[in-house]
Amino acid sequence: MSRELFKFKGGVHPPEHKAESNGRPIHAAPLPRKLVIPLRQHIGNPAKPVVEVGERVLKGQMIAAADGPISTAVHASSSGTVTAIDLQPVPHVSGLPDLCITIETDGRDEWIAHAPLDYRAMAPADLRTKLRDLGLAGLGGAVFPTGAKLNPGASGHCPTLIINGGECEPWITCDDVLMRHHADEILQGMAVMRHMMGSTEILVGIEDNKPEALDSMRSAAAKLDFAVEIIAVPTLYPSGGAKQMTEILTGKQVPSGKRSTDVGLQVFNVGTAYALARAVHHGEPLISRLVTVTGHVLRPQNFEVLIGTPMHTLITLAGDRDGTTGVLMGGPMMGMPMPTLDAPVVKATNCLLVESKELFPPLPKALPCIRCTRCADACPAELQPQELFRFAKAGDFGRAQEYHLFDCIECGCCSYVCPSHIPLVDFYRYAKSEIWAHEKDKRAADLARERHEFRQFRQEREKTEKAEKLAAKAQAKRAELAAEPAVVGAAPSDADAKKALIAAALARAQAKKSDAAPKNVDHLTPEQLQQIDEIEARRAKIRELARQPLESEEKNT
Amino acid sequence: MLAAILVMVGIAVVTGLILGWSAIRFKVEGNPLAEKIDAILPQTQCGQCGFPGCRPYAEAIAKGEADINQCPPGGEEGVKKLADLLGIDPKSLDETHGTPKPKSVAFIDENTCIGCTLCIQACPVDAISGAAKQMHTIIAAECTGCELCLPPCPVDCISMVPIAEDLPHWKWKHPVIELKRVA
Repeated sequence: MSRELFKFKGGVHPPEHKAESNGRPIHAAPLPRKLVIPLRQHIGNPAKPVVEVGERVLKGQMIAAADGPISTAVHASSSGTVTAIDLQPVPHVSGLPDLCITIETDGRDEWIAHAPLDYRAMAPADLRTKLRDLGLAGLGGAVFPTGAKLNPGASGHCPTLIINGGECEPWITCDDVLMRHHADEILQGMAVMRHMMGSTEILVGIEDNKPEALDSMRSAAAKLDFAVEIIAVPTLYPSGGAKQMTEILTGKQVPSGKRSTDVGLQVFNVGTAYALARAVHHGEPLISRLVTVTGHVLRPQNFEVLIGTPMHTLITLAGDRDGTTGVLMGGPMMGMPMPTLDAPVVKATNCLLVESKELFPPLPKALPCIRCTRCADACPAELQPQELFRFAKAGDFGRAQEYHLFDCIECGCCSYVCPSHIPLVDFYRYAKSEIWAHEKDKRAADLARERHEFRQFRQEREKTEKAEKLAAKAQAKRAELAAEPAVVGAAPSDADAKKALIAAALARAQAKKSDAAPKNVDHLTPEQLQQIDEIEARRAKIRELARQPLESEEKNT
Repeated sequence: MLAAILVMVGIAVVTGLILGWSAIRFKVEGNPLAEKIDAILPQTQCGQCGFPGCRPYAEAIAKGEADINQCPPGGEEGVKKLADLLGIDPKSLDETHGTPKPKSVAFIDENTCIGCTLCIQACPVDAISGAAKQMHTIIAAECTGCELCLPPCPVDCISMVPIAEDLPHWKWKHPVIELKRVA
């Protein structure tokens, strides 16, 4: 291949440790008794449950539907019964639980009816919705919904399609073995992407430390009816980052705050292409993925794992050893320590790296920053990590944002080269989450202000409306009375009008009183009438008697 | 001499006219300083500052009638931001107006609620739904946690529930790094 390659700035070359796990064939992890499937496995809105506790579900059945355009559905990884929809441990560094659907598997692994999609005949929007409902999300690490990403935008086509087989992070080999064993399917998925994006140039970037994967992909590409360039790129961390891979292959940089489609290209991971091929050519939703289990285990290898399988079962399968000090989800550079191994494998789980004191000795204690700027030399995003560190530490988030904190890809190169062993990336993550929290608070405050102002406006409006209504009513009454004496011929003065109003009100009250007269006084017998007369006479007499002393008292005083 | 005076007077008249015209033409509606202060205030509309809402408090600060340390929901951070904006020294919160509390939302015990609508009338952000003799409920996403619905409730069925930390609200903590003693 004679393609000219470019080099991104910075980067580091940590020990690769790929050979431990990439030699063994892919093993299918056995079906666990219980699958715990989180509803928040992708970027965007979490999926909404569409099953109920006690319901029997089949393998591949949608158990939670996508909520909005940036979201994906979640499916049952095997057949069984839904036993709970509640908070369960999830693979998150905080150790906080999240909403999950628990399925007790029945061991039959019975598929729901599924059929291939005729993607060439489908409208692009329908196909995107279908892929969203099949739960596809990017398997390179960011888990962005694939359906939403397979959108060339307003221009209608995206000239360059990049398939990322970089897998630059040490220890991880799941993309490597996938390319070795499933190159044909990856290219099938790529053909679907090419169709949807209208791309003319298709590039596959693979680091040159994976010669078997390169060979396998090249021989598969030779069978295709369209041109695909399989390119070996120099091994340098983080060449597998989407922006770095783009720069290596095309020399183009995606400007800060823009999307890659704005410069006419889109990047997908090889795992995503494979999942897309399974979805389109078999109608299978994303219910399993390859996971590398490596590090301090007896048999480091790759497993085909159903989403929802507890992590500890994989480590047991790979042979757990004494002296384990922790488990990372992901690699040593960007991986997150897992607070609990009861957490399930999710769509983002590419690797479980078991740590020990020998493999990952604890970092020496940090020294103060000496501003040597080695981090700036290593930073592949061309940032100034020492400045970002200073601002993040001081809580000066505005300045950190001015220094493009959000272009940081958290690759860990800066922490890796730091001679003072400062966990720089932790500071950037802290600063980012503080900024997000501030923005959230700001939005909430703006909403509260808006609602408060609207309430005040509403109260004011109700007050004026009420006053207007009363005024209109009085006006109407006045007009009505003014019309009456006009018939008689007398010109009404203001005082007269008032008097007339009072008289009318009195008349109304009188009418009401007479309306409310007792109804049992009709059709009385003469005896009854006589009795009534007697009673009335007595009453009159008593009234007379009662009045007299009062009057006399008044006179006396 | 006369010419010089006339020239000076002429200049004065012309600039006066320009200034007068621009004062009308470029008149700023409302009080821009109060707007800026209002943007910093947390908009809980709780009235703990002694004013009927965040906006009146912002206006009072802008006029110099109120101090900057009367807003407990804004906390020390809010006071610091106001001090930065106004170019004055930050001070500690005035405890007579209350102390900062963890963020909470109101919760109506629906078994006890009698549907009197008093809390609905008290809520400054219309975050309670319900009608007379119907059960009321809080729209949690819009509740600012101002506690103004608590006193009017005749059956004390409203309680404040602190917002528990869950995944969408989780934040990375400030990293604690153990420094090596050098000296």
